[in-house]
Order: sequence, then structure tokens, then C-alpha cells
Amino acid sequence: MQSQTLINYSLYLADNTLILAQRNAEWCGHGPVLEQDIALTNISLDLLGQARSFYQYAAELINAANPGAAPATEDSLAYLRDVYAFRNCLINELPNGDWGQTVLRQFFFSAYQFLLYEKLKQSPDETLAAIAEKSLKEVTYHLRWSSEWVIRLGDGTEESHARMNKALDELWSFTGEIFEAAPFEKAAAEAGYGVDPASLKDAWMEKVTDIFTQATLTVPAQRWMQTGGKEGKHSEHLGFILAEMQFLQRAYPNAQW
Amino acid sequence: MHAVTDISTRQVWDLLEEVTDPEVPVLSILDLGIVRDVKVDNDKVNIVITPTYSGCPAMDVISMSIRMQLLSHGYKEINISMVLSPAWTTDWMTEAGKQKLKAYGIAPPNHSQQVCKTELFADAEAVQCPHCDSWNTRRLSEFGSTACKSLFQCNDCHEPFDYFKCH
Repeated sequence: MQSQTLINYSLYLADNTLILAQRNAEWCGHGPVLEQDIALTNISLDLLGQARSFYQYAAELINAANPGAAPATEDSLAYLRDVYAFRNCLINELPNGDWGQTVLRQFFFSAYQFLLYEKLKQSPDETLAAIAEKSLKEVTYHLRWSSEWVIRLGDGTEESHARMNKALDELWSFTGEIFEAAPFEKAAAEAGYGVDPASLKDAWMEKVTDIFTQATLTVPAQRWMQTGGKEGKHSEHLGFILAEMQFLQRAYPNAQW
Repeated sequence: MHAVTDISTRQVWDLLEEVTDPEVPVLSILDLGIVRDVKVDNDKVNIVITPTYSGCPAMDVISMSIRMQLLSHGYKEINISMVLSPAWTTDWMTEAGKQKLKAYGIAPPNHSQQVCKTELFADAEAVQCPHCDSWNTRRLSEFGSTACKSLFQCNDCHEPFDYFKCH
């Protein structure tokens, strides 16, 4: 039971980073200028690396709990699970929209990841702590980069300001889910190795408010929030992401580079 | 780095000095500070390395280069494992490595205690131009040609250059 919670928790951390990595990678070759194209794909690569670490750990736990079964690997977990098995937050599967919407989502998520990893690096679970310690340095750069973009576009031209407001309108109702603890997050927090996301919300809101003030954007009032991703209830978008990402392994099982 | 205890361990360390980072070929993997441990037992070698960045695509190539280097020098059984903690930091890069980077045209990383604490988000970091040594430089982009670098330009000699980010 305890090991199932840890498996689910690790898969959640893995799925979140994988799906956002995949979305950001769609910008490869399409960024507004070369430097920023490279920046976003570098962030994508960092997230993919973090996802690998979490999937490797989940695979190790799954195999220990199911001796004799066909062994799970980082690849089988990424490429051979279907939509309902993914636990990522809905915000990460939303289409990229324009550049403003992409950087705003990155900012929201990096601000959460920064707070999460700061706590998780103190986890008594040594593997989770090690991945968090490693990833925190990367996320620090992601947060700085995305904060600067939110400020530049929010406090930019009339057009960029309007686009950031539109992006905010698209994304805000998907931010609540991040901080709403799923059963496996509650159990992981109670067991002492996980982080209750609700405990990060105030610090996250403070960071968002600080950057929004500099960006001349207004933090939206309380409103109804979307949920479902952590329970495997996804938008139609995730299926399309998986169809593209998993095609090769589905069509040519066990293909390798 | 760890104390060298016998001749074969020293020989393996010397061989590793010849393995280079595929993306920054002037640096050996020892300059980079990613080799954490070497243990030799007859012709069996155990090597522990740590990744620079989680998604660094060079790690697979580096593992393979280590294996090829040792195989070609007669070691038969080579086990390479990866540890994440303690997390790699640019402070583990050797002074010689930093000098090689600078000569190659890449500004070496600043000390992480000074500038890249996680609280210091928006603080501008002073980076020295590797070409003319001026401190009058500006950051063009947070990310450069690889995850470990960012892109700068010198305001004095106007040359753009890569900076190996502190990490």
C-alpha cells in the first residue's frame, strides 16, 4: 500500500514534467528568435531529464513490488501508458497558444516547481530528495527566465499587454488544481516523504503577485477552478500529445535509437 | 577528488583525464568534476559519475567514451553508475578546467556562493569577457547552445561569447 502511494507520487512528478517538456519542445524551430527558441528547448530538455529520473525511480519501485512481471522501464512508463493513467496537471497539456501564453504557463509551473523541490529536497526518501536537489538548480533558471518574459510582455506594448491578459484568462482557472492535493499527495505528505501542495499555495501566490505587479498585470479574483488531471480525467488535448509522442513505440515496439 | 591508493587506480584516473566532454571538447571529464569515484579490483573497474544537468544528452556519450577508453587499455569488466546526490556544481570544476574554457573562448563559471544562490533571481551577474577581459558585458540570453551555457556580449570588444553558467 505504502509502496503504491510512492509509485503514484513518483509517476505524478514524472508525468507533469514529461508533458510540459513535450509541449515546450513543440516550439523547437518555431521560436520568435533563435536565442529564445534555444532557451525554451533547453528548458524542455531539463524537464525531460527530470521526468526520466522520476520514471526510473517509479520503474524500480514497480519492479520491486511485482517480481516476476514483465519489468517496467522509464520508456514503458512514458510510451505505453494511455491517457487515463497519466496524472499530470491539466495546465501542462493545454496547447501552447502564442508565445505569451507559453511563457506565462512556464512561469506558473516553474514557480510551483521551485517551491516543491525546495521542500522535496529535504524528503527522507533519498531518491526523491536527490532528484529534487538536482532539479532545483535547473528550475531556478527556468523561473528567472519566465519571470523576465512575463514582465517584458506584461509591461511592454499595448499589444503584448493585451495578449498577456488574454493568456491569463486562458490559464488562470487551471492553476487551482496544482495546489489541490490528490489522494496520493495527501498520503505521501502524511507518510513524511511527499509535499502537500496546499502548503505551497501562499508562497506561490506571493511570487505571482510580485511578478505581476512588475508586469502591470492584475491577479484575477477567486473563481471556479478546473480539476481532474491528477485523477486521470484529462482534456481532449492529452490524447493528441500521446498519439504523437508514443507513435513510434506503438508502431515499432521496442525500437531504439 | 579521492585519495589515490594504488597504481591501477591511479592509472584509471590518468586514463579518464583523456576522456573529454563531447560538447566542450577542451574539457576532460575530470576538469568538469563529474567523476565521483573510481574503484579498481584486478581488471574490474567501478566508476561513479554524476550528471551536470538532468537532461544533459552528453552523459550517454561520456559513459560510452569511458568504457571505450578503459576497454582499449585492457580493462575487461567496467561498471559505470550514476549518482544524483550530492548534486553536481560548477564549483567542482578544476582551476585548470576554467583556464582551458577561457582560452577556448567560453567564460568560466563564477563561484556559486557569490552569485547563484537560489534567492538571487533577478540579480545581474558580472561576467568577464573571455576575449578582452572586460567586465562591461551584458547577457543576451539565459540559455546558450547547450543547457549549461548562457549567451553574453562584451560591450567593449563587442564579441558575443558563451558563459558556462554557475550551477
